[in-house]
Amino acid sequence: MPQDPTERRVTVTGPPRRTRRASGYYRPRTEIDEQTTLGHTYVRSLMRSQLRAGLTAFAVLGLLVGPLPLLFAAMPDARRLEWGVLGFGLYAPLVLLARWYVRRAERNERDLVRLVEDR
Amino acid sequence: MNSSYAIPAVALVVVATVLVGAFGLRISRTTSDFYVASRTVGPRLNAAAISGEYLSAASFLGIAGLVLVQGPDMLWYPVGYTAGYLVLLLFVAAPLRRSGAYTLPDFAEARLASQGVRRLAGAFVVGVGWLYLLPQLQGAGLTLTVLSGAPDWLGGVIVAVVVTAIVAAGGMRSITFVQAFQYWLKLTALLVPALFLVLAWQGDGAPGRPFDEPATFREQRSVRVDDSLTLKLDRPLTVTVDGTVDGRTHDDARLSLPAGTHYIQSGTRLTFAKDTPVPAAGRGADDALSPSRAESRTERPLYATYGLILATFLGTMGLPHVVVRFYTSPHGVAARRTTVAVLGLIGAFYLLPPVYGALGRLYAPELTLTGDADAAVLLLPDRVIGGVGGDLLGALVAGGAFAAFLSTASGLTMAVAGVLTQDVLPSRAVPHFRLGTVLAMAVPLAASALVGGLPVADAVGLAFAVSASSFCPLLVLGIWWRRLTPPGAAAGMLVGGGSALLAVAATMGGFPGGGGALHALLAWPALWSVPLGFLTMVLVSLATPGRVPAGTAAILARFHLPEELRTEELRTEDPRTEDPHRDKPRRDEPRRDEPRVTEGPRKEAAP
Repeated sequence: MPQDPTERRVTVTGPPRRTRRASGYYRPRTEIDEQTTLGHTYVRSLMRSQLRAGLTAFAVLGLLVGPLPLLFAAMPDARRLEWGVLGFGLYAPLVLLARWYVRRAERNERDLVRLVEDR
Repeated sequence: MNSSYAIPAVALVVVATVLVGAFGLRISRTTSDFYVASRTVGPRLNAAAISGEYLSAASFLGIAGLVLVQGPDMLWYPVGYTAGYLVLLLFVAAPLRRSGAYTLPDFAEARLASQGVRRLAGAFVVGVGWLYLLPQLQGAGLTLTVLSGAPDWLGGVIVAVVVTAIVAAGGMRSITFVQAFQYWLKLTALLVPALFLVLAWQGDGAPGRPFDEPATFREQRSVRVDDSLTLKLDRPLTVTVDGTVDGRTHDDARLSLPAGTHYIQSGTRLTFAKDTPVPAAGRGADDALSPSRAESRTERPLYATYGLILATFLGTMGLPHVVVRFYTSPHGVAARRTTVAVLGLIGAFYLLPPVYGALGRLYAPELTLTGDADAAVLLLPDRVIGGVGGDLLGALVAGGAFAAFLSTASGLTMAVAGVLTQDVLPSRAVPHFRLGTVLAMAVPLAASALVGGLPVADAVGLAFAVSASSFCPLLVLGIWWRRLTPPGAAAGMLVGGGSALLAVAATMGGFPGGGGALHALLAWPALWSVPLGFLTMVLVSLATPGRVPAGTAAILARFHLPEELRTEELRTEDPRTEDPHRDKPRRDEPRRDEPRVTEGPRKEAAP
């Protein structure tokens, strides 16, 4: 510690991060930071892959749920089916869909990190 | 209903809530604790807190009541509430957390750098939050009235006072513990009686009739009609009447009513024979907790079902108390995982209300006529099991219902108070936050006293429709579309949200009356107002290409890049760094520019 009382003590706060990048890996991050064309391309490609994952899951949700009201309207006698599907049958598929999406989204992010850091 | 156990149960829930809140208060010290629990809430605790906050009175009591009265079509409500979280996860969760926005107005300002859009979003947040608070307070009043015959303002006042005290005293840190505790309380309070009810049903020979249409009386049952109602009969009905039907007074006379509409005076006693189908009652305003206008099946075209699906699927992401919660996650990946956990928790919870609805159709079908359908969950244990066991289980349910009002109301109060403190009051320091809390609760409490008899049930449905048509376009386009401009966002929110608001307000005001296509269009606006909001936002943005904010590319990069690739976090990890007000002078936090000594990552040592 410096003995000079006028010198202000400055402490960096925050949770310990993983080991900082070794020298030589600076370039691609700088591309993103400085908003070069290459950096934009990274961000755009990530956004596109994430949006594709979201839209895919959304389409599955739509296909799963969308026809149900029509189906129930077409079969007014199938009350038991309606009770079963709406009351108890839909929640598990929703959770599974969510888990699939999260895995896909995290993989997209990992791929980008690997691309940026390992070049 | 025997209130000798229920009242202590409710009191116990209130006391436990205060105690858990006080526990949070002891560790809630900094401004950051107050607003965002210092962003250290892990996925498990946060998921329980989000679920606890989300499962409101409408979920706990309202769904079972609706299913009891109107059949399985009403199960679209819980499905929509759950799927709304999935849509939120797909398009909004991680980018919203990474945006660093605390509230929707913060998001609007961070993304569009426009004070005007920020204020507009703030107005919508406060409006939606108050609309959503109103039925919570009224539901508390109804529950306490059913339990003990207390005047119906008392429950609302109790909830208001407890919630204001906890939020003002402990902020987000306290609320997180309170709500996580209340999720498990609510689940237990519904699960344990449900198990006993199902056992009793099994012991009864497991009659399959709850799923038949229409519900029938399984034994002779006599019903006192407390509020006048109209019966709509599809086929003739034989019933014993003591009172006034269609303007004529009968004294224990056995009547055969022809098909058609019949008016039953209040105070009339109807006695139905065994196996009589339960007639459908056309009623108005007395379903205080139902998520929306009680319409009989014949008046609910397919269009209404799709309108409901769209409103709930897309509206969830814009509810103010839902959005605030994402900010308490430590990072984007945690926000996503939290959402998956929430889906599991609320999905598990929503398995239970249909059980109560189905058993209610079997054991208490007359509730459809007395206007107390929302009380079905409270009354069933006593009706089916009876004795001391029934009373105890009923008390457990009553405590859970109160937990539902308390947790949702505290989350909404937190969100509205956050917006009021940031955008209306002069500074964001803790004393002003406390003032904001009082304001946030005082307005809906006053409103619930004023509009007592009005169909405030529509408020929840209205909140979803408005949120789906205003905030959903703002969030989705703001996160995924580079060419969004401030004028486009403002126009889209005003046109989409405004038209949904007007449409439902017109329906509640009785216009255009009758029924028909126009009525359905106005009562379920989401199907046209959501596309309208999106379209306006896109078209106006395309027409004002010069107004795309300068930093859009950098902001979108921050929304989407994983935290490991972000540079600003390499410099400092102070939670406030990402605050959208970064460039403004910070009146209430002078200490953050001063040197600080810290020993660990999480201790916020004030000098």
